[in-house]
Amino acid sequence: MSTSTMNPVFDKQTNVFLSVLSVISVLVIACNQLFPADSALHIPTYTVTLLGKYLCYALLAVAIDLIWGYMGILSLGHGAFFALGGYAMGMYLMRQIGERGVYGDPLLPDFMVFLNWSELPWFWHGFDMFWFAALMVVLVPGVLAFVFGWLTFRSRVTGVYLSIITQALTYALMLAFYRNEMGFGGNNGLTDFKDLLGFDLQSDATRLWLFLLSAIALGLGYIACRFIVASKLGRVSLAIRDAESRTRFIGYKVENVKLWVFTFSAMLAGIAGALYVPQVGIINPNEFSPLNSIEMVVWVALGGRATLYGAVVGAIVVNYAKTYFTGALPEVWLFALGGLFVVTTIFLPKGIAGLLKKKEARA
Amino acid sequence: MSNVISNYIDAVRDREHVFDAVAPQINPNLDVRKGCILYMEDVSVSFDGFKAINNLNLYIDEGELRCIIGPNGAGKTTMMDIITGKTTPDTGTVYFGQKINLLQMSEPEIAQAGIGRKFQKPTVFEDQSVFANLELSMACDKRVLQTLFAKLSAEQLQHIEETLELVGLKDQRFLRAGALSHGQKQWLEIGMLIMQRPQLLLVDEPVAGMTHQEMDRTAELLISLEGRHSVVVVEHDMDFVRSIARKVTVLHQGSVLAEGSMDDVQNNARVKEVYLGE
Repeated sequence: MSTSTMNPVFDKQTNVFLSVLSVISVLVIACNQLFPADSALHIPTYTVTLLGKYLCYALLAVAIDLIWGYMGILSLGHGAFFALGGYAMGMYLMRQIGERGVYGDPLLPDFMVFLNWSELPWFWHGFDMFWFAALMVVLVPGVLAFVFGWLTFRSRVTGVYLSIITQALTYALMLAFYRNEMGFGGNNGLTDFKDLLGFDLQSDATRLWLFLLSAIALGLGYIACRFIVASKLGRVSLAIRDAESRTRFIGYKVENVKLWVFTFSAMLAGIAGALYVPQVGIINPNEFSPLNSIEMVVWVALGGRATLYGAVVGAIVVNYAKTYFTGALPEVWLFALGGLFVVTTIFLPKGIAGLLKKKEARA
Repeated sequence: MSNVISNYIDAVRDREHVFDAVAPQINPNLDVRKGCILYMEDVSVSFDGFKAINNLNLYIDEGELRCIIGPNGAGKTTMMDIITGKTTPDTGTVYFGQKINLLQMSEPEIAQAGIGRKFQKPTVFEDQSVFANLELSMACDKRVLQTLFAKLSAEQLQHIEETLELVGLKDQRFLRAGALSHGQKQWLEIGMLIMQRPQLLLVDEPVAGMTHQEMDRTAELLISLEGRHSVVVVEHDMDFVRSIARKVTVLHQGSVLAEGSMDDVQNNARVKEVYLGE
């Protein structure tokens, strides 16, 4: 009887996804550690870090799918939350450099010395402590998303208008972060990181750990989103996506539901950004670029909306293609991306996940 | 199908059995000591200069089944929009009972206070199951965190089961709501209304696009709700109105033209003139 409402958090898809994620993570690390560098099965650390980067993108894609696929909010500015999380982590890593910087100032990061600043700006205080930085990684994107959502959802800004405003948000942040006066390193951003919690960022062991942490973060983020999607709140989200005003008339405060899920999604994006930065070794205002945020939406669309694993698959496939094309045929990449989006829209409206489902139904 | 219908009719005719789910949840703030559940006084609203509602006065008694008729553009749907908070009137007062001022409340607050609405065009959540549609509409704590951790209690499950039976969709519970026939969607929407356990039901054109057989079922369903709920039905179909109406209000150009029993209204000279076209 109650099976009708039973929508377990750990359904078949989730279990398969988590198993595949664990197996691949373990395999990658094993191949890196167990096989000598000249073996065909050896995975170089460079590749492991690259995969770690993809996993961060995948977590970001899951966050976007939660609000777009399940609630109909098309955010074209999620890159902003990702970058803010990344900056919070970058600030911690900058403070860790200390006297090892080019100018050897024990307190000020190199770019501040270069700009002749004599003291640390107020918002840089506290970032020498990891716990504080970790808190900011979720708090800064969360608060921004909350304030932004509170203003827009309450005024019932929806659809394409909301998408445009999110674009404006990330664009405005990009312009702000490009300015040296902001105190975030201007167009160079934050880079030249040395260590994280005392572990050398250049060492292979740290890189493997970062990869593993990204995989764990993706797994936990996936489970959290799955928990929301499988709950009654998830069904309310679908109701909002499909018939927003009807949802109001049965007594749900649509604004509040949107606000909290949006804020949660932004926090997840922040975590993804924070794990991304130590692996790529740099964070600069380019991460706020509106184009990036649009690309993220393409990952989700290609993978399949409203299927969390689809978002992961989409993020990894597109980014792998990007790595390949920008290496092999750099001038072709943007055409390939555009082509991919056109093909998805016309032939795969439900993405790769939709294709898999169709196959399964036929079998 | 005929089996389903006879089951359903048995369920409705079973007057001994009081379905708990159908009994409204009494809002503690609702004061109906004067016997009146809805007051609309001197309400006017205009859109771009067009007066959709013009000095409307309407009173609905507690437990009453009221039909509202009127030609297209008479302001019937706008009136419902005002009661449910979708449209704010330019002037006038709208009270639910003696104490609850509806004009200061948002749509979800009005819904939770005990006013349910069925739309003209059936709007169910097509991508979700019939069961989930009823579950979503169920009267309960609808705040965000409470919804995230919500679990169906045995009692709530019982309510959903009873409602499924009442609207004759017991066998379709796992079906996607989008796969229902038009008439079934209408019933599902009435079921969703019942799940909210409102004291006042606003039903906009419940039989539009229904067959005669379906219409009879709907009439029985609405009549069975009378007494425990106050029901306001907006309808075009005169046969249907005649079959359920106790008291009829005729709207014309945004205000009340006539009010009374179906016979009174039909014999009213002005009604004949503007509405029945004689």
